[in-house]
Amino acid sequence: MEISVTNYKRCDIVKAVGRVDSSTSSILLTTFNSILDNGRFRIVFNMSDVNFISSAGLRVLISTQKNCKRYNRGELVLSNVPENILAALDLAGFLALFRIFKSEVEAVGSF
Amino acid sequence: MKESRTFPGRYDSLEKISEFIKENAKFAGFDGFTTYTIETAVDEACSNIIEHAYGQENIGDIEISVHENPTNLTIYIKDHGKPFNPKSIPKPNLSKNLFERKSNGLGLYMMKQWMDEVQFEFVNNSNILKLVKNKGQ
Repeated sequence: MEISVTNYKRCDIVKAVGRVDSSTSSILLTTFNSILDNGRFRIVFNMSDVNFISSAGLRVLISTQKNCKRYNRGELVLSNVPENILAALDLAGFLALFRIFKSEVEAVGSF
Repeated sequence: MKESRTFPGRYDSLEKISEFIKENAKFAGFDGFTTYTIETAVDEACSNIIEHAYGQENIGDIEISVHENPTNLTIYIKDHGKPFNPKSIPKPNLSKNLFERKSNGLGLYMMKQWMDEVQFEFVNNSNILKLVKNKGQ
């Protein structure tokens, strides 16, 4: 998995390419945590090039969302979610916990 | 048709295991989404083996055999770690309240939801997990 972070004024965009599984989920967690450590809590996770997510990856999303939303200081939103990944999020009951946007522009605009 | 492969029990095997499963599922005629559900179930099973049965990476192997039958694809996943008791895994909390949500138990839940049969056995000092996905659904 490869990962990139782009900093905007309103929020940060995280983009991952490849699989988010037990082997790679810690890299994603470290990336989110480094953004939070900089006092920034509004994050867009662009999932367009994520081709697989396991429960290890879902755990990272939940714990990051909890950290972002604490004290109403921000939110983790998702964008460009492929169909298979969306089905996994739905099965795990995540659609009630995350706002999902079709594009990065819409996601950034939501903040 | 039957195909078997053995992988070292460590997390960087997961991608190779997925490739092996995807090839077999596609060859058996499953569509893209169904293939993804099988890939997920096997990934969760193998992650559990490394984390729970072996307790850490590089302790033992994971043996996978895939049987294509006329009505289904049956996958056996075998390890030589500690007996795995699925009853010890809590049911997931699917609460809509974020701060009440705990994320353990999700892997086994996804496996059970997406497969037609999930059966754990401990025989001759080995855990054997049987996963079945029916064809033509």
